[in-house]
This record gives sequence, structure tokens and C-alpha cells, in this order.
Amino acid sequence: MGFYLRKLFTIFKGEVLVLPSRVAVLLFFLVLLLLPVVSQDPYLLRILILTSIFAIFAASWDLLSGFTGQMNFGHALFFGVGAYSAALLNLHAHLPPWGSIPLGALAAVLAGLIIGIPCLRLRGTYLALTTLAFPIILMGVVFAIPQVTGGELGISGLARISGSRLGDYYITTVLMLGLCTIMWKITDSNTGIIFHAIREDELAVRTAGINTTRYKLLAFCLSGFFAGISGGLYAHFMRIAGPSTLEVSMSFTVVIWAIFGGIVTIYGPVAAVFILFPLLEFFRFWPEFRMLMFALVILFILLYMPNGLIPWIRDKIETECPRCKIRNVATRKTCRVCTAALD
Amino acid sequence: MILDIIINGLIGGSIYALLAIGFSLIYGIARIVNLAHTAFYMVASYCIFVGTSKLGIHPGWAMLAAVFLVTLLGLISYKLFIDPIREHEAAVLIATIALAIALQEVMLLIFTGDYLSVPSLIDGYRTIFRVKVFNQQMLTFGAALAILAALWLLLKKTRLGLAIRSSAVAREVATLMGMNESRVAMITMGISVGLAALTGAVIVPLTTLSPFMWMPPMIMMMAVVVLGGMGSIKGSFAGGYILGFAESLVVFLIPMGAFLKGSVALSIMILVLVIRPQGLFGIAFEEER
Repeated sequence: MGFYLRKLFTIFKGEVLVLPSRVAVLLFFLVLLLLPVVSQDPYLLRILILTSIFAIFAASWDLLSGFTGQMNFGHALFFGVGAYSAALLNLHAHLPPWGSIPLGALAAVLAGLIIGIPCLRLRGTYLALTTLAFPIILMGVVFAIPQVTGGELGISGLARISGSRLGDYYITTVLMLGLCTIMWKITDSNTGIIFHAIREDELAVRTAGINTTRYKLLAFCLSGFFAGISGGLYAHFMRIAGPSTLEVSMSFTVVIWAIFGGIVTIYGPVAAVFILFPLLEFFRFWPEFRMLMFALVILFILLYMPNGLIPWIRDKIETECPRCKIRNVATRKTCRVCTAALD
Repeated sequence: MILDIIINGLIGGSIYALLAIGFSLIYGIARIVNLAHTAFYMVASYCIFVGTSKLGIHPGWAMLAAVFLVTLLGLISYKLFIDPIREHEAAVLIATIALAIALQEVMLLIFTGDYLSVPSLIDGYRTIFRVKVFNQQMLTFGAALAILAALWLLLKKTRLGLAIRSSAVAREVATLMGMNESRVAMITMGISVGLAALTGAVIVPLTTLSPFMWMPPMIMMMAVVVLGGMGSIKGSFAGGYILGFAESLVVFLIPMGAFLKGSVALSIMILVLVIRPQGLFGIAFEEER
């Protein structure tokens, strides 16, 4: 027992504490989980719940568009389908949230398949601009059949996620941390490597005997699933599923978050949401200038860090060993594994 | 009824064609997906509003001034925000979205969200087959055709047009042939934004102004560009009229059509793309590697 504890401690010291980025992730987990001990301000919890929901959403965009390079400009479709299906299931089939949210996510997977199949033949900008169309088409349908969807007002009066604000907070935060870890693990697996390769050079992947069509569809479905969960959570937290979940600005916002944080990382978009969403709330002190400041912050940060904020910071505090490709703290003179000189 | 459909289709189609050609020009030359394109159209409309309602100058002069000012604004914002990050396609994409939002918010601050309108250039109407056609509608359609013709002449008959078209086909070869690529991109950006401003100028007497007026035409414009084929002027022209007529047919023939017009037009685009992934007139590029 003591041996394993000591081994665990050694691994912790040797693998986590040596890199500032890993310490930052650890602190992020701890702060999120322990925050209610310090403050249970309902407004603060509300912002953090919404931030967590959108963090899942932004990370799911990265999983599809960042990793496989299939630029999806209509990601709100998954969010909206997830929200509306969860709402309809909750109201008409009287399913509790733990049933309606996963089923709503499955509906979003179905939506991913439906839009994925025609989109497979398109690439690049064509794909981006075509996917933009899908949520708008669905929105037209939502407005055209108000007896089912509630039209402009949406479907309201859904069940709460849990009884209390604190319960909501823990459910969404733990789900966010868990789902984002799963997404990060997916991108780190063999499947994730194939996703990377499809983005870099699809022809080469096909030449290697890999069915890229199947993997692209898989990416659409996975991303749709996670985005659908965030949509369902949003609907149940706000207790309303309205057409705002399908708006163009929703699709654009997720792209802004993900690219601002740095794509092809999963942690980048999550961090970006945790920076930008509370920032937008903070700008509420000057309501007229809120969106303008948001836009200007993005414009100026991009000018200096076109690859996104988080990769830029990570490059500043860590260097990659030229010989063994292992990351080191920027303050070290030699690599921590192979002792090659770092420069 | 039929004439109503035709008039609305022709005007809507011309506007979409004008916007789409401007958007597709800058995409073809510099690979910039300028999502702020219709935001410049919105700014131009507001400039004309200020000129006619606040300063009291003749609408014609106000339009010229608006086109000039907005082109200048477009070039400045291109130099400041787009040019330094041109190598990063994703960053350019959200920089243009942020630019559009910034322009929208500035207009919202100055003019508030109220709906405003601009007097028409010429008053009155004439009756064709017992249907009232406003002179302004005829003028808008005529002006749109004239601008399209002028653009066609510029692209096909001048040396600048040759430079633009060749940069669109093969950027590297054009550079090797001694064309200043960044200057061509700059000039094209100017033409593109100028076209957006001109579109705003011709349509503004027929619509109401609001800071959010850029969003719906932007989506249709992108649908037109994709439908016609990226970078193809002919395609944008045809696509503009196809979607313009589709919209006006849906509005007049289907109940609840006003809600569904966007959906139907975009569904047509998706259907075409499923059959022809490169759009109607687009060239199937070899995979860029």
C-alpha cells in the first residue's frame, strides 16, 4: 500500500509538477470543484454553469473542425437539435433530464449523420458555407410549425436539471470535466491520429488504406453527440428551448471561442470559453459597449497571436526538446529526460 | 401576381449577384472569406441616410460619397486587421466576423436600433399590365445591371482585370510573371468593398435600415457563391438570379412563405451541391496539397 502511494507520489512529482501546463490543468480542476466551498453566490454559479455548458460545445466543435479540418459553420444545428429534442421528450414523454439529455444527444448524432452524408463530397470553404445553411433551414421549419415547436417563443417549462443551483453546478461542471477529458482522450487515441492525418493530407490517408469517409462521419457523429449533450443541458438549465439556440450568431460564437483559444487542442477552446464568457458578463457594466469590446478584444488578440491564445501562452512557458520531443519548462537549460541542451 | 414575382425576383437576384460577385472576387484572389462583406453594405446604407436626412444633400451625391467613404474604410480595416494575419485562414475568418460585429455595434451606438428609411431617388410609378411598378424599382434593377456590365468590362477588357483574373487562377505563376500580388489583393479588396457599398446604394431606397440588416443578405450571398461556384463571376450571376427567383416564388406562392424563403433557397443550394460539389460553374480543383 505504502509502496503504491509512494509510486503515485513520484509519478505526480515527475510528470505533473514538472510542467506548468499540467499544473494549470490540475489547478483548474481543483478550483472548479472546490469553488462552492468559498462562495455559493447564485449569480456566480449561474455564469459558471453556462460557461461549462458552452465549454463542452466549443470543445465538440474543435473535435470535428479542428481535428479533421471539416470546417463546420453550422454547429448550432447540433446544439439546437439537442435542446429541442430534450425539450420535446421532457414535455411530452415526461422523461427526466437524465433520460432526455442523452436521447437528445442521440438525435443530434442523427442530425450529424444526415448533414454529414451530403457534406462528405464537399471540402474547405464549400463545406463551411454549406453547413452554415443547415441551422437556418431548421430555424425556418421551427417558425413554420409553431404548434409543435412554439415558434418564436420556443418550448418552455422544462424540468430543472436538479433541485438546487449547487446541484446544477456540480452536475454540469463534473460533466464538462469528464466529457472534455473523454474528447481529449479520443483525440489522443489511434482514431484521433487518423483525424489529424485527414486534416493534414486526406489523399495520403486514403492511400494508406484507411476509409476516410467512415472516419469523417464518425467525427460528425461524435461531435454531434457532445454538442447535443451541451444543448440538452442548456435547455434544461434555462428551462426553455428557443430558436436562439439555432441562430447564426450561435454558430459563429462557437467558432470565435474555438479559434480564439487555439484549435486542434481541445483544452484551447475550453480555456477560451472560460475567459471570454465571464469577460462578456463583466462587460455588462457598460451594456452598450459590450459586444463592441468583445469584437475588439478578439481582433487585437488575433493580430498578435494568430494561432490562438492558449498555444501562444504554452509556447512561452514551455519549450520542446529538439532531440526527444518532450516538453520542458522554459526556464530549464537542459532537457529533463535526455539532458540535451535546450535553446 | 406573376409580375410581382418577376419584379421581386429580378431585384432580389441582382442584389444577391452584386454582393456575391464582390465576395467571390476577394476570395478568388486572396483566399479571404470576408464575412464582413455585407457589413460594409450596411455601413454604406447608413452613410447615405446621414447624407440625405441629416446633411440634406442630393441622394445621388450622398451615394457617391458613401461608396468612396466605405471603400476607404474597407481598405483601412483590411490593412489593419486582415493583412497581418492573412497566412492563417482560420484567424482571418473570425477576424472578419469580429469586424462585422464591431461595425454593427458602432452603428447601433450611433443610430440606435430604430428602423430608418431613405427617400427614393425618383418618385412615382407606372403601370405595366395593370401592375404598379415603382420607378425606383426599375432604377435599382437598371443600376444593378449597369454595375454588373461595368464590372464585366473591367475584368475582361483592362490590364488590371487581366491581373486580377490571372492571380485568381494561379497566384504563384502570376507572381512569377511580375505581378505585385499584395497590391493586386489590395486593389481587389477595394473593388470588392466598393461593390458592397454600391449594392447598398442601389437597394437602400427600397429597404429599411437597421444595424442587423447585414445578416440575412450575408447568408444568401454565401449560398449564391457556393451555388454558382467559388470564384466564378458567371456562377455568382446565375446563382444570384436562381436564388432571388426561388425566394420570391416561395414568398408569393406558399402560405407562411416569409418564414420558409431562406430555408427553401438554402435547400436548393444543398441539392445542387449534392449533385455538383463544385457548384454550377465552379471548376473542380485538383486537391490542394
